[in-house]
Amino acid sequence: MKRTAIAFLSGLVFGVGLIVSQMSNPAKVLGFLDITGNWDPSLALVMGGALAVFGAVYWRIRGRNAPLMAERFATPTESRIDRPLVAGALIFGVGWGLSGFCPGPAVVSSASGNPLVWLFVAAMIAGVLLYRFLSRRRVTTDVPRSV
Amino acid sequence: MHIVNFTPLSALIGGALIGLAAALFWLMLGRIAGVSTILGDALTERGPDSGWRFAFLAGLLAAGLGAVLFFPNAVHLDLAAGGGQLLVAGLLVGFGTQMGSGCTSGHGVCGIGRLSVRSIVATLCFMVSGMLTVSIVGHLL
Repeated sequence: MKRTAIAFLSGLVFGVGLIVSQMSNPAKVLGFLDITGNWDPSLALVMGGALAVFGAVYWRIRGRNAPLMAERFATPTESRIDRPLVAGALIFGVGWGLSGFCPGPAVVSSASGNPLVWLFVAAMIAGVLLYRFLSRRRVTTDVPRSV
Repeated sequence: MHIVNFTPLSALIGGALIGLAAALFWLMLGRIAGVSTILGDALTERGPDSGWRFAFLAGLLAAGLGAVLFFPNAVHLDLAAGGGQLLVAGLLVGFGTQMGSGCTSGHGVCGIGRLSVRSIVATLCFMVSGMLTVSIVGHLL
């Protein structure tokens, strides 16, 4: 129950951060990706701000054996630079550049009720399910998948 | 190249909030706040971890709903593409993030923050392909 509340709070603060930084607006994201045209560097500072806070906490608590409300840290174990990693990231980038949406902002923006955003989210879910079906990987909830 | 629409302050503040959310998630639950992996696992797995996955997604949605209800004039949603393009884009984002094991949050924030080489490579890949896509779609077609 408490874990659920913390997860909700994290999602809420994460979403507020996306809205405050305007990353929930696809035009703002596309402005960053448009590096050969009229460039809006804002997204780099969003990442910088996020990295500064997350990195500070992550490295400060690195010696701990366990998180405060779970038995252990689900640290990603995969370290290979393999073909799925590179190909998947390249494919994701094409979709990101076509729309200005990555998964977080798409979920946040679906609250707007805009049917085009819902169409994007529905297609994104279809893409998620398609890959997971095709890869037929056995994924257990205990073993963290690579990030 | 011209620099336009640069909003450094709101970008830094919003970014810090995203980092705070990810830090809270890691410190309390020991989990990576990666939206694409949480979404994919929420859709395909059942078990004791289902609750917090859906709660995290509900939090994201609640932030959007709160903004729409209480600050309707402060939130902008400017779509640059029509339905067909968004449909294709959504499929690619969904498929690609699962294949590449992460997106802007899991790789771009948490992974780089952990100095994971995998995440640094993935982030460079989706940044470059995103920039190339925008250049091709916006300037050549």
